[in-house]
Parts: sequence; structure tokens; C-alpha cells
Amino acid sequence: MENEAGALSRVAGLFSARGYNIESLTVAPTEDETLSRMTIVTRGSEEVIEQIIKQLNKLVDVVKVVDLNDGLHIERELMLVKVKAAGKDREEAKRLADIFRGRIIDVTDKTYTIELTGPGSKLDAFLQALDRSAILETVRTGASGVGRGDRVLKL
Amino acid sequence: MELTGAEIVVRCLQEEGVEFVFGYPGGAVLNIYDEVFKQDTFKHVLVRHEQAAVHAADGYARASGRVGVALVTSGPGATNAVTGIATAYMDSIPVVILSGQVPTPAIGLDAFQEVDTVGITRPCVKHNFLVKDVGQLAETIKKAFYIAASGRPGPVLVDIPKDVTQYRAEFSYPKSISMRSYNPVIKGHPGQIKKAIQLLLEAKRPMVYAGGGVILSDAAPQLTELVRMLGSPCTNTLMGLGGFPATDPLSVGMPGMHGTYEANMAMQHCDVLLAIGARFDDRVIGNPAHFFQEQRQIIHIDIDPASIAKRVKVDVPIVGHVREVLDEMIRLLKASKEQPDQAALKTWWTQIELWRSRDCLKYDRRSEIIKPQFVLEKMYEITRGDAFVTSDVGQHQMWAAQFYKFDRPRRWVNSGGLGTMGFGLPAAMGVQFAHPGATVACVTGEGSIQMCIQELATCKQFNLPLKIVLLNNRYLGMVRQWQEFFYGNRYSESYVDALPDFVKLAESYGHVGMRIEQPGDVEGALQEAFAMKDRLVFMNFLTDQTENVYPMVPGGKGLSEMILV
Repeated sequence: MENEAGALSRVAGLFSARGYNIESLTVAPTEDETLSRMTIVTRGSEEVIEQIIKQLNKLVDVVKVVDLNDGLHIERELMLVKVKAAGKDREEAKRLADIFRGRIIDVTDKTYTIELTGPGSKLDAFLQALDRSAILETVRTGASGVGRGDRVLKL
Repeated sequence: MELTGAEIVVRCLQEEGVEFVFGYPGGAVLNIYDEVFKQDTFKHVLVRHEQAAVHAADGYARASGRVGVALVTSGPGATNAVTGIATAYMDSIPVVILSGQVPTPAIGLDAFQEVDTVGITRPCVKHNFLVKDVGQLAETIKKAFYIAASGRPGPVLVDIPKDVTQYRAEFSYPKSISMRSYNPVIKGHPGQIKKAIQLLLEAKRPMVYAGGGVILSDAAPQLTELVRMLGSPCTNTLMGLGGFPATDPLSVGMPGMHGTYEANMAMQHCDVLLAIGARFDDRVIGNPAHFFQEQRQIIHIDIDPASIAKRVKVDVPIVGHVREVLDEMIRLLKASKEQPDQAALKTWWTQIELWRSRDCLKYDRRSEIIKPQFVLEKMYEITRGDAFVTSDVGQHQMWAAQFYKFDRPRRWVNSGGLGTMGFGLPAAMGVQFAHPGATVACVTGEGSIQMCIQELATCKQFNLPLKIVLLNNRYLGMVRQWQEFFYGNRYSESYVDALPDFVKLAESYGHVGMRIEQPGDVEGALQEAFAMKDRLVFMNFLTDQTENVYPMVPGGKGLSEMILV
């Protein structure tokens, strides 16, 4: 979409006005600074998804819409989790982070902040593996997606 | 040469060939108004409320086919305009709204007369802009006109902060504009068009269902030719009246909630339905599940892909400009060796005539109280079907749509989608500006007319000889009708008490007022009023308080489940 002020709110407004559900939405400028790329994760019947795509295309700021599910695609999400890391929890948190290929990016004597990247399901699994009472704070970016192989979203 | 932002606004409007700007001044647009004062290429029409500015620009656009322009100030000017903008949006009318905004450094500081106009109007415009750089002003206005008029038309708002109207920039108006993110499809897909023709030629019970898209794309001649070639019945929606001549025997009237029996039955029982610039909305097909109890193939032509397969499944979707697609269909039909199935058509028409013989619009012609239908029938006769007719919203709107037979497009101007009471009078002003010599009638109710009554002053200032036909039943008639049918006759707040003396009211604004109480006086009053070519005449017809609009498809019911008289 055009990297214009208000473009994001047009998309968000469309979803709420028409009662579509948004599971996540991420947006940032691309290598071409006049363009932003947005990844939206939504759910709906085939008809609803078709309407969502048509309605998005109708927005004047939207340049192109693809349904990544039309082919193979990769999706990744970033999560930062701050966990308790005192006493015996300290070892366990480190071990779990390693198993999930997370990185500890901030340390205090009582906490770790773990960075984890992957598909949403992997992030969910990590949170489940952690002792719920050990989780102090979670922040997730929502998914970004791209087609697999030679498949390219180009204008 | 460098110009100020305000000068640029005026130059852009001149470049667009704008004839009329409907507006209301205020602090944030003072610089623009100062430039309006200094020019005489377009006329500024001072309305008495910003809602009316947009309705008038909208009426002008509907009647002329050109882009209407409204100019309002920031804050309350913009919020007052919102109802007008939403009205134009729902009916896909090309209007450009220029709104003033507080100076850029004041934005976000809760300044005097500040609102987030772009935010407030976002869901009811085709697109909107906030111009923060005077260097972008001309191109933005160009884009606004281009977006408003192309593709599926709609209102576009340009919000201009006051300081931007003071700053200077080099002025150059782009001749044309191209946008990578906005490219409406014009030509229909040739394969789909062929498929549609094949289906229509094989049809035993074809039906054409034509909406506002036919009017907006100026495709009435094409629609008329196509329907006559197919020999099929044609129904025109509330937004599509005049797209096919109502007096043609192939016309079966309007479909939907208050459509004719024959139109609704034919919609329900056809085997091939050709939908053209129409959107299968809830007021047209009633309950979609009931609609699909009958098998039929649907061809749907629309310039907006999002209108296709939104409420109903479509067999042959054709995205394109209605006129272009119809031209292509006519060309293919002419070249085709096959002909419509005449024997099948004959059987189909026998059935339709049987439905038609129910005479679903009949009413008591011997009534001693004025029947609203009678007023409209007489108005049709006296104006020889040649008037531009605007309406407000409610029973009178439905009766006007049923009883005034529109043979030509852009003659019927009403708020179909949003259903905005108060639309009729300001819209009629816009129509009269578009067609100065024409007869323009505003059919209204005593509820609706009071929602923009202040515009009688604008009519006086600009000598607009409108004919206001008030069907005064002292009830919010459509609300009363629903309360009678569905709420056990509990007429909650639907009686309009303490009405003004409309004759005196009209006279106090400098117009002619009439009060008509007897059926025997209806014709004479109309004749006298419509003969006054240079005066606005306000006709207050005291009509039957209990009259209802028939037929009626109740909400949630199917098209063949109409309540008949």
C-alpha cells in the first residue's frame, strides 16, 4: 500500500466497519520508501475472504492484495517474553529458551527477557511450555509473511 | 507563478470547469472565500446549513452527470456535512467536498473548531485527503475529481488547513493523473460477456434487473436497446428509475420491498437474471434464502468487484463499466445467428401479464380525503412526465417512485441507500441549478421537509422556482405503517404535532403557499402551481392519514410473500 498517513487506519477501519475479524496486522515501509507492506492474519469462510480481498483492493491506498494461502508461504512472528529467572527457575528458563532456539537478550538477577521468532504456533508452544506463573510480560508482533520459492509480490 | 493555497483552490475549480460551488463560510476557509469573492467563473451558492451544501452538490451531480462541489469550514462545518457525504457515498454520487481545517501547527491541540475531519469521514467517503503541503494542493484536488468521477463514483473530501491556504506554491494543474493503486476496470471480460449472451439466448424466462449503475454510467440508451432486443421484462430499482422507459410495455416497474407484484414475481421466477449496476440489497431481494428457493442463473455486471457475490452467488460475473459492457453485448447479439426463444417468451409474458393484472398499485379513487397516490398521478399528468423529481424519505418517496413514470434517466433524485430525510429540498436546488429552465418538483412529507426547511431562504436568494409537493398526513407515515403492521398499532412518537402553518411559512420566506384539502382541488392546485414558472410554490396537501404503501415485502420475507391491498 501507499506509505501514506492514514493508510493503516483505512484498513483497520474497513475490518471493524464490515465486521471482519483481525487476528493480527503488521505494517512497515519497504525498501521502496513510498510503499508499505502489511501482513494481515484473518479468519473467515471462502466468501468472506473473497469479500475482504475485494474490499481491500477497493481502498485507494492499497496497491495490491495477495492471499498467501493461495500458494506455499513462510510466516514468522517475533515475540519478547520476560520471565522470572530466580533460583531454580533460572536454569529452567535458559533450557527452554535453548530448546526453542530463543535468545536471551536482557538479563537481571531476577529476570530473563527471551526473544523468539517463528510461526505463531511455535510461539504459542513456547508459552505453553513455560510455567504460566513464571511469565511476567509477553509482547508479540503478529505474523509477517512471504511466498515460498520464486513467488514474489511485485508491482 | 507562485499562488497562495486559496488562489490555487479557486484555480483548480476553474480548471475542472466547475459551474457551482455549494457552501458556507467560516474561519478556516476565509482565505478561500476571499478568492471566491474575487472571481466570477463559478457561482457560489450560499446554503443555510452545510448538510444542504452537500445534498445540493449531490443533486446537481445526479441531474447533470458532472461532479458536484461543496465547500465547508472546519469543525461543525465538516460534521454538518457528514450526513450529506454519507448520503452521496451510499448512492455512489461523484461529489468533491473541500473542508477547511485549523492551521497545521494547531492540529491535534483541540483548537477552536477543530475536528479530525479525515477520521470522521473516512468510512463514508470513497477517499479523503489532508493536505499539509501547499505544493501538493493542486495535484490532490485533481486526484479528488478523478477519483470521485471514475470507477464506481463517490464523494471525495479534501481537508485543507488554514495556513496551507496562505502559503505560496508554483501552480500547475496536471492534465491527467495516473495512480498505481487506483485503476478501475472499464472493459468487461470478453469470455464472460459471451457466456452471458449465450445464457440470455437460451433463457426461457429472462429478466433484466437494472440499478443505479445504469444511470451513473449513462447507459440508459444501451439498456433500452438491449432489453428490446431480448424482449425480456425489465425492472428498474429505486436508484435505477428512468434507466429504461417506465411507459414501455416491457417495463414491469420497481422491484423490492415496495416494488410491483409483477416485478417481484418475475425476479423470483425467472430462469436467467441479468443484473446490471445493481447490488441485490436487502430492500430489493428480501430474504436471500427465500430468493434462492427458486433456481436461476445470475449474470451480474458491475464496475465494483466488491458488489459482485456480496449478497448472492453469481454464475457469470462481469466487472466493467456498464455502458461499455452493454455496448459489447449489443454488438454480440446483433452478430449472433441465434435469436431469443420467441415461443418461450410468449408463455413468460402471458404469466407476467397475469401478475400485472393484479393491479397491485390500485387505491381508492372515490375517497373523500386526498389520497397521496392521486396527487402524484395528477402531478405526472400535469408535468407530462417531464419534470425532474426529487424526494425525501418515507411513504411519499415510495409513492413517487411508484406513480411517477420516469422515461428518462437523471430525472428521479432520491436518497436510496442512506435514506436521508431532509435530502429532497436541497437536492432539488442542485437539480434546478443544473437545469435552470426545467420543472423541478420536490415530493416530500411534513417530517422530512422540516429537516432542511431553512433552504427555503436559499431558494429565495437564488430565485429557484421549485415546486414543493408536501403530502401531509400528520404522521411519520412509514414509521406509522410499520407500527400498524408489526407493532400492534402502538404509534410511538410517529405523530407529528404542532406543525407550522406551511402556507404562512412559505410566504414568510417570500414564496407562494397553498393548502389543499379536497380531492376535487388537487388538479387545479397543481395546474396553477406548475404554471408559475418563476415562483417557488409550496403545496401543502392534507392527505389520508391512514394510507399505506402497497405492495409490501415485510422485512425477512421473500419476494413472493408480498402484502397486497
